[in-house]
Amino acid sequence: MSDKTEPTPSANRPKFSLTSGWGNTFGRFLALILVFAFFAVMVEDGKFYTLRNLENILRQCCVYTTAGLGMTMVIVAAGIDLSAGSLIALSVVSVAWVLNLSGHGPDGQVESLVRLHPVLTPILAIGAGVLMSTLAGLANGAMVVGLRLVPFIVTLGTMGMIRGLAKGIARERDIYPPDETWINTIMDPTLSSHSRSWLILPIGVWIMIVGVLVSAFVLRYTRLGRHIFAVGSNEETARLCGVPVGRTKLFVYAASGFFCGIAGLMQFSYIGGIGQPTTAVMYELFVIAAVIIGGASFNGGEGSILGTVIGALIITILYMGGQQMGWPKWVQEMVIGGIIILAVAVDRLRHRRSA
Amino acid sequence: MPARLEMRGVCRSFGATRALNNVDLTVSPGEVMGLVGENGAGKSTLMKVLSGAIPPDAGQMLLDGEAYIPGNPLHARQSGVAMIYQELAIAPHLSVMENILLGFEPTRGPLLNWREMRRRASAAMQEVGLEGVAPSTEVRRLAIAHQQLIEIARAIALDCRVLVLDEPTSSLTARDIERLFVLIRRLKSRNISVVYISHFLEEVQEISDRFTVLRDGETVGTGITKEATNDQIIAMMVGRSVSELYPRSTRTPGEVVLEVKDLAGVSRPRSASLQLRRGEVLGISGLVGAGRTELMRVIFGLNKVTRGEVRVGAYHGTSGPRKRWAQHVGMVSEDRKNEGLALGLSVADNLTLPRLDGLGPWRLILPSRQRAACVPWIDKIPIKCQGPTQRTGGLSGGNQQKVALARLLHADVDVLLLDEPTRGIDVGSKAQIYQLIDELAGQGKAVLLISSYLPELLGVCDRIAVMSRGRLSETRERSAWDERQLMAAAIGQEEHE
Repeated sequence: MSDKTEPTPSANRPKFSLTSGWGNTFGRFLALILVFAFFAVMVEDGKFYTLRNLENILRQCCVYTTAGLGMTMVIVAAGIDLSAGSLIALSVVSVAWVLNLSGHGPDGQVESLVRLHPVLTPILAIGAGVLMSTLAGLANGAMVVGLRLVPFIVTLGTMGMIRGLAKGIARERDIYPPDETWINTIMDPTLSSHSRSWLILPIGVWIMIVGVLVSAFVLRYTRLGRHIFAVGSNEETARLCGVPVGRTKLFVYAASGFFCGIAGLMQFSYIGGIGQPTTAVMYELFVIAAVIIGGASFNGGEGSILGTVIGALIITILYMGGQQMGWPKWVQEMVIGGIIILAVAVDRLRHRRSA
Repeated sequence: MPARLEMRGVCRSFGATRALNNVDLTVSPGEVMGLVGENGAGKSTLMKVLSGAIPPDAGQMLLDGEAYIPGNPLHARQSGVAMIYQELAIAPHLSVMENILLGFEPTRGPLLNWREMRRRASAAMQEVGLEGVAPSTEVRRLAIAHQQLIEIARAIALDCRVLVLDEPTSSLTARDIERLFVLIRRLKSRNISVVYISHFLEEVQEISDRFTVLRDGETVGTGITKEATNDQIIAMMVGRSVSELYPRSTRTPGEVVLEVKDLAGVSRPRSASLQLRRGEVLGISGLVGAGRTELMRVIFGLNKVTRGEVRVGAYHGTSGPRKRWAQHVGMVSEDRKNEGLALGLSVADNLTLPRLDGLGPWRLILPSRQRAACVPWIDKIPIKCQGPTQRTGGLSGGNQQKVALARLLHADVDVLLLDEPTRGIDVGSKAQIYQLIDELAGQGKAVLLISSYLPELLGVCDRIAVMSRGRLSETRERSAWDERQLMAAAIGQEEHE
């Protein structure tokens, strides 16, 4: 700032405070460390902080984090996407459906597509999975924008519709593709495998990292990102300032679909390469929880990708830590639920203090 | 005879801000006291202290010579001090009588005594001239003016001694205002004291016996209304002479940049035509609800055009805000909180939102460049803030409004559409905004200004048109208008319809 500006009483406040952008993320990071430290101490024999367990934590958090990227954009834009779990299942089923296709071989015999085109088919399957989810997400957006309905209602409806579509594609059964492809292995651990250790981390984790970087970049450095924040913070202001509000909303729901599609690939590998239409039920709640723990506000205009990553890690660590401590499932569920409320309450408290 | 209400040396601070500093106010029985002051002068804080919503830090209050220390608004009502706020406190789904006796319902044992309720409500309704309305009518079915009367009836039902009316006419028609004044005079004759808060000096002059002026939280003057002129009261309110407040550099009107021909929107405006030139400030006067805001919104493409056309430079045809910004037209909304600004976002985000280009390579936005782009405006206007990264919601109203204005400067617009740009802000910020408008006009920008505050319109504008019931009058030179004529033009057509 130039020195011409009149100093105001509040100008002497330190730049770095727990309520500023970075301080906020720092506080969350601290919470993550605390949760981790808790289990590192409590789980016996230091089993919790072995490399293998760390890798497991990363593998486990991939689906939530990746789906959380789109969800962060949606929530920053003051929306909500309750269909996330169904979108993941749609992707899983679509991948399996393509892998399960068969065609006529060169000698006229009916043969599975994977065997006929071992390179092309998995790529086609991935394309189908991501495309289906993205289109479904786009449909969410179109309804929110076109019918001017509350996102909660629209995605509550499509949560059922998309789940139904996934079941329809799978004919209400699990699809077992005839052959394993490399899609099955994207979530496989690399530490225990000699042949894959050159990857350092599982492919799925790398995909997640790329997704994190890309979405963080979009939110922070592009006009689309600024528009998402503006629409979420005050839609009327955004409209007044010439922001294409409808297009921006359309984008965030499509992005949610896209990232749920990617998360679907991970889920597909995770559950062993089966096209299970009933997978990822209730995942939207964990994804939303990760975003909220990460500092986003349901009122929109607030939230960050880094926060969501931390939120997803906190949930995963609680889940895995609880498991390794031998907590019964009901205790785990109650603890995770309590943490969500606690995180938002602490946030609210800090906001009030800064206001 | 002791005064009905006496406030002596009342102080109240919020953090570092002194909202009230040694305020004195004395009201005699059966007197109408006009309380005037700019927005932010401390009127609403004074009301809150009086109503018991917040305690004063220092000072004392006497009611009919006895110490009056309201613990909460309910207590204040029971003591006989009733407030009627601009936003009516009415339960729309309840009946008239339930509203009148809300919180003091007569009971018989555990049950409501409906007969008694009806009797007491009817008596109060008769006092305020609502005898034509059934006590069991749902309140939401009544017009605003009637709802306001119900609030007054509620005060009467509780035997109020001091009735405080905060901007009671802001949403009333001229006829309803006249009725309200008749009622106030009747209350006066019943020895009820009235504190009448209003922006409209004409109203204060018509209805009040004495007036008190608040400025920056202090009592700066009090007097007998008949003995003071409008200009004297304004000078007290703003703390400087009228010519200092509204600077006027030489302006040379250039070519027409905005032309509106017989424009109509969905319900408002019904018909509006105007020509706006470079280097001039064109004012639009009129009552709330006359269609001024709607006219501006139609021009800016936020509301639909149903007839007529808007021409910006050489361009005419359908439009939206996005196109308008591209045509170098920018708008400041009257509703700062809900539309004008994204209060959760930073000053930089708000300020640069309409024009995000040039803030980084490949159309990207580098936060550092975005912040740097704001600094010149923060210094120039100036906007008091911790820096471009501060949340806009943390600024004072005046500084928030300056951010909304700076947005237009950053977007480098030629035509500025300003809807009540000084509403609800302190005098210092107002003076800065007037200065800025004058500078911009001097630089050859065109300004369309909506204002409900007549001295402001007459001080800032070169030409003025009046909106009445959706129709815009012809535009006249400022010198051809005075406050009375503007007011008459604003309510004029109503009598014919």
